[in-house]
Amino acid sequence: MNAISLRNLDISYGDTLVVEGLSLDIAEGECFGLVGESGSGKSTVLRAITGLAPDWEGEISLFGQARGKRIDRTFAALCQMVFQDPYGSLHPRQTVDATLSEPLTIHGIGGADKRVPEMMEACGLDPKFRFRLPHQLSGGQRQRVAIARALMLKPKILLLDEPTSALDVSVQAEILNLLKRLRREQGLTYILVTHDLPVVSFLCDRLAVMRQGRIVEVATVDALKSNTMTDPYSRELVEKSTTRLSA
Amino acid sequence: MSEPLLDVQNLRVRFPTATGPVEVVRGVSFSLGRERLGIVGESGSGKSMTGRSILRLIRAPGVVTADRLRFESKDLLSISEREMRKVRGARISMVMQDPKFSLNPVMTVGEQIGEALAVHEKLPRKQIRQRVLDMLEAVQIRDPERVFRLYPHEVSGGMGQRVMIAMMLIPAPSILIADEPTSALDVSVQGEVLKIIDELITQNGMGLIFISHDLHLVSAFCDRILVMYRGEVVEECRASELDKATHPYTRGLLASVPRLDETREELPVLDRSQWETA
Repeated sequence: MNAISLRNLDISYGDTLVVEGLSLDIAEGECFGLVGESGSGKSTVLRAITGLAPDWEGEISLFGQARGKRIDRTFAALCQMVFQDPYGSLHPRQTVDATLSEPLTIHGIGGADKRVPEMMEACGLDPKFRFRLPHQLSGGQRQRVAIARALMLKPKILLLDEPTSALDVSVQAEILNLLKRLRREQGLTYILVTHDLPVVSFLCDRLAVMRQGRIVEVATVDALKSNTMTDPYSRELVEKSTTRLSA
Repeated sequence: MSEPLLDVQNLRVRFPTATGPVEVVRGVSFSLGRERLGIVGESGSGKSMTGRSILRLIRAPGVVTADRLRFESKDLLSISEREMRKVRGARISMVMQDPKFSLNPVMTVGEQIGEALAVHEKLPRKQIRQRVLDMLEAVQIRDPERVFRLYPHEVSGGMGQRVMIAMMLIPAPSILIADEPTSALDVSVQGEVLKIIDELITQNGMGLIFISHDLHLVSAFCDRILVMYRGEVVEECRASELDKATHPYTRGLLASVPRLDETREELPVLDRSQWETA
């Protein structure tokens, strides 16, 4: 069974149609990359899946369960999102402990006292940071908190929206290793939105190239590595990424 | 290289904290001719502080000292603030990271670029307008007349950064400091913006200090590279010889970047304890 299945998805913000006729199937345990320029609609797809962009037509289903347009707790427990900017996505006046316990409180799950330090450990955060505020953490540590928060409900699917583009290269390597390890240990399914093709090459199994709200090509990562993608636009992106400035 | 444009010897920047003064730039020395110099390092390595201290943009309680900070026979640390204002913007200018936060939101693009010129030169308004339009064209904005009248929120990130470059280059400075000029931009736009900077720099025979955390970007774009770590320059090399870098920190940084044809199961992570005490 597919972990994520999107059928003829149209997403709009007001009168503007941002994503048009998108269909995708992502298998359980797969890591799927969505790439494209800014404005191509790749983040919007993730927002629609989590319910942050409620103005959509078509079908979104996870593990065969169709998603409605309302807030849905069982859905939230299944699928969580990590945002781009760890400086903006954490509440500045909540400690790490409060941030990580909140999903448990909302879902009426107890045992926060045990589960918070466990999850911090799993995400490579020293439990001594438990009562710190976001401004007392580095960018990499904050992104670890955001990942830990997304995993608190033990979801099966993680939606990653440019999880490393606000970080330094050396910290990016740590976060990418963490994501790879978590996926292996917990059997997660990822959708990774990024404009950085080498990151896709490191983490993903397959990728889709988006342009102006449509998918122009779905390919395996092997095709990306060997530069055998077929669509001219995908080739152009690969080209730009390899010879970013020798122009 | 003839007489250097900028000569920096033993530059230090210090900030007082509750636990005593912290030195964020610790004895940086370099000289810049008509070339492209890259400064690379992680956040917190002091690379931006180095750039800012050249323009005396570090406010109290921060303290800047140097054995020498010389630009065109002027000692930048001893001249008056009034004197400094003639240098800043006109002779040495700086492109900041994010156009969203660095442009004035309540002035049109044209007015802002014009202001940069009017502050340093007395020119009739018509002439200023013409110079601005020419400059917008030079940064490859297709419809300068239209963009002239737009406000910063009405232009895209890439265009905003071009506007900023136009603003910084219109007084024809001899040094441009670019602090992460493309990291807020898309990969596809990055190339274009860099190309514009490159062309204008070469045309006008300027010196460029390019500050970035992206080693590969810097090595492809600059002539010479300084690698900074914890406020010090740990390595200096020609950009073309970056892969022969010897310092473990530089090597670590290079190895941690994923490649397009990635086959490594895990990326190497910097082990800071190795040279922490050095």
